[in-house]
Amino acid sequence: MDLVAILENTARGLFGEQFIYFALAAIGLNMHYGYTGLLNFGQAVFMAAGAYGLSMAVVTLGLNFWIGLVLGIVVFPLILALIMGVPTLRLRADYLAIVTIASSEMFRIIARSPSLDRWTGSSDGLTAFANDFYDMSPFQAGERYFFGLFIGNQMWVVLVGWILLAIVVTLVWAMMRSPWGRVLRAIREDEDAARSLGKNAYWFKMQALMLGGMFGALGGMLRAIGTQSSQPQNFITDVTFFAWVALILGGVAKIGGPVLGAAILYGVLSFTDIVLRQMVESGIIPNSIMDGTQVGQVRFMLIGIGLVSLAILRPQGVLGTKEEMALDDH
Amino acid sequence: MLREQTLMSRAGNCIRAGMAIAAVVFLLALPSGPTHAQEGGAEVKGSLTYKDASGEKIAVEGVVFTANDESGSQAGTATSGTDGSWLIQLPPGTYSVELDVSTLPDGVVLKNPDKNPAEVRLVEGNSKSSLFPLVMGSAAPAASEDSGATASESSGDVVETTATVNESSTSGNIRVIQLLVDGLKLGLIIAMCAIGLSLIYGTTGLTNFAHGEAVTFGAVLGYLLNVTGVFGFRIPLIFATVVIVVVCGAFGGAFNKVVWARMRRRGSSLVAALVVSIGFSILFRYVILYFFGGRAKRFRDYQIQEQWDLGWFRLAPKDLALMVVSLVVLIGVASGLQFTRMGKAMRAVSDNRDLAESSGIDVERVIALVWIFGSALAGLGGVLFGVTEAISWEMGFRVLLLMFAGVTLGGLGTAYGALFGSIIVGVFIQLSTLVIPPDMKNVGALLMLVVILLVRPQGLLGRSERIG
Repeated sequence: MDLVAILENTARGLFGEQFIYFALAAIGLNMHYGYTGLLNFGQAVFMAAGAYGLSMAVVTLGLNFWIGLVLGIVVFPLILALIMGVPTLRLRADYLAIVTIASSEMFRIIARSPSLDRWTGSSDGLTAFANDFYDMSPFQAGERYFFGLFIGNQMWVVLVGWILLAIVVTLVWAMMRSPWGRVLRAIREDEDAARSLGKNAYWFKMQALMLGGMFGALGGMLRAIGTQSSQPQNFITDVTFFAWVALILGGVAKIGGPVLGAAILYGVLSFTDIVLRQMVESGIIPNSIMDGTQVGQVRFMLIGIGLVSLAILRPQGVLGTKEEMALDDH
Repeated sequence: MLREQTLMSRAGNCIRAGMAIAAVVFLLALPSGPTHAQEGGAEVKGSLTYKDASGEKIAVEGVVFTANDESGSQAGTATSGTDGSWLIQLPPGTYSVELDVSTLPDGVVLKNPDKNPAEVRLVEGNSKSSLFPLVMGSAAPAASEDSGATASESSGDVVETTATVNESSTSGNIRVIQLLVDGLKLGLIIAMCAIGLSLIYGTTGLTNFAHGEAVTFGAVLGYLLNVTGVFGFRIPLIFATVVIVVVCGAFGGAFNKVVWARMRRRGSSLVAALVVSIGFSILFRYVILYFFGGRAKRFRDYQIQEQWDLGWFRLAPKDLALMVVSLVVLIGVASGLQFTRMGKAMRAVSDNRDLAESSGIDVERVIALVWIFGSALAGLGGVLFGVTEAISWEMGFRVLLLMFAGVTLGGLGTAYGALFGSIIVGVFIQLSTLVIPPDMKNVGALLMLVVILLVRPQGLLGRSERIG
């Protein structure tokens, strides 16, 4: 067992790239569910919109990197929010849940379809679209930074991620203090009451869906940049629930909730992952019980267990209060 | 009095289930029919294999091949068997033979995706080869979720699959009718799986995302009994099915008792219940993946059957059998709901829980039975899916979304709506391949779901009410 590797990996989980991607996605979900009460189970598709918006603009259409940014962060998520929201936001909450999860599956099928290969690159996805981003990096590609945790390009992604995260958190904090944020919370508590005060609940919900989707797209785009590839595999349905666990773990409807939740979640996942991997490699766990591929599956089981036990045992998470908003207020 | 009556109706249901199972036995035991070999035709066939990391040759099962003629319309389709072999019968001509990549097991990809579809010229008395080289790559999603790097860097041995062309038979099948029949088959199975989903929603308000895993569980259990075997003894699928239905029902009942009955007692919110069901769905799915593996597999029984050429369409005996089985079961369920006391109680609880409770119906008992029945039917549906297609760890999740489409189309919470809507969805999926590539056919059904919600959110059979 390599203790240094375990510590390093856990630290990377706590505030590294994965933490940033999913903290952003979870902030988006917090906007949806925490403040507005919308059940979005398709945050992975918003993430994919960010990733594919950028990569398709650059690789498929040959556009400028900056136009790709706008497409990925603004245009694609807006279109997606309209597609998901228009049919469902007037209906009961679980219809949005079904449509969003169905959108995830639609994305998977379309993105993997070989008939659209020249647009999406099918299962292999698109690569090499973020060179402009890395050209701006002040870090040396070969060097290690931040206590030796990140190599040059990684450090650049992580630094930009931290800055974005700080901006987004401040933005959400300001918005939730504004009258606009109060309307969202009023809709969450009692939609009919909000409507009777003359607020267009449908339109406010749509705005929240769009905005939260954009935060998700930002996370997804960063993920695509960080891995230098947009692959359908990275945005499958189950990815959404990593963000959900982060949100519930940290505390629903709290500004810092999703960030703290993502840090704890990825700390735990990275720790389990590296410990299990080392145990498998050193033969402490024999291959007949678990092999390298199966280690990767354990984290999904942990997500499942996390969802179940959080929802039943601590629906308000670490920071949340049941008075404000919790998954379950029995 | 009431208790006895409901027990009796329960016995009635058991008898009905027994009859259905007897029908399975009878129909699956039918001999396979003769093929219609006619002069002037040809066939494309091949064998799909690859070598794994240790160099062992592994046949790839359950991969769908489609042959399109020059006008772009589908001329034939085939699924590779346990030994990786596949065969499409065609009249002479030029075809593009396409391997449906979405049916490849996880961890295996095409070496040259741009050479799929492959052009094949079929001439009488001539023999030709076409290659679908496979590579080990892009490991199972579970392993590659974390970083794109792990998915893209892994690669393995390249092995080829050959498509040889042989002179054989021709067909005068009408494509639309063939698709209708296929769609009906798909729709009947979706319906069988969806009844439980709809009734659980109706009686408890829970949108149970873990229902798809009951379908997978049924199929995987079938694989365990039929292929792996118990104590070295491989149970024929027909008898295994009986065991599966019982085990899935028991599992559903236990699931309700341990988790859902408690959550209802605590007065948990529906959103919390929804999230819990998703958590269980993910947990079950990955536990199944852990033990079953990412590769699609098939049963030992009824893999390859000669298809009957019935003029307008072709049908394998097993497909006819499973259509009849699902029809019998569905009619049984429908009449059970319509005429038995328990069925009436189920509909009453669906309709208005409080009213049902105050008129003396034991609501918790009704709900428990709904869980048992729904899960048993889903397990049976899983076996039927395994017979007609292949068994994979996430088959249930895929079907779940089709169930949602069907149930929403018919009207969420209505029992007959689920039947009706699922069948329409099945037919729609198959017919949509007339317009869109077959590998994207499920998108049509999911888009239909969105359109229904826009136009008629209460579904075809649901009552119009303000829902939001």
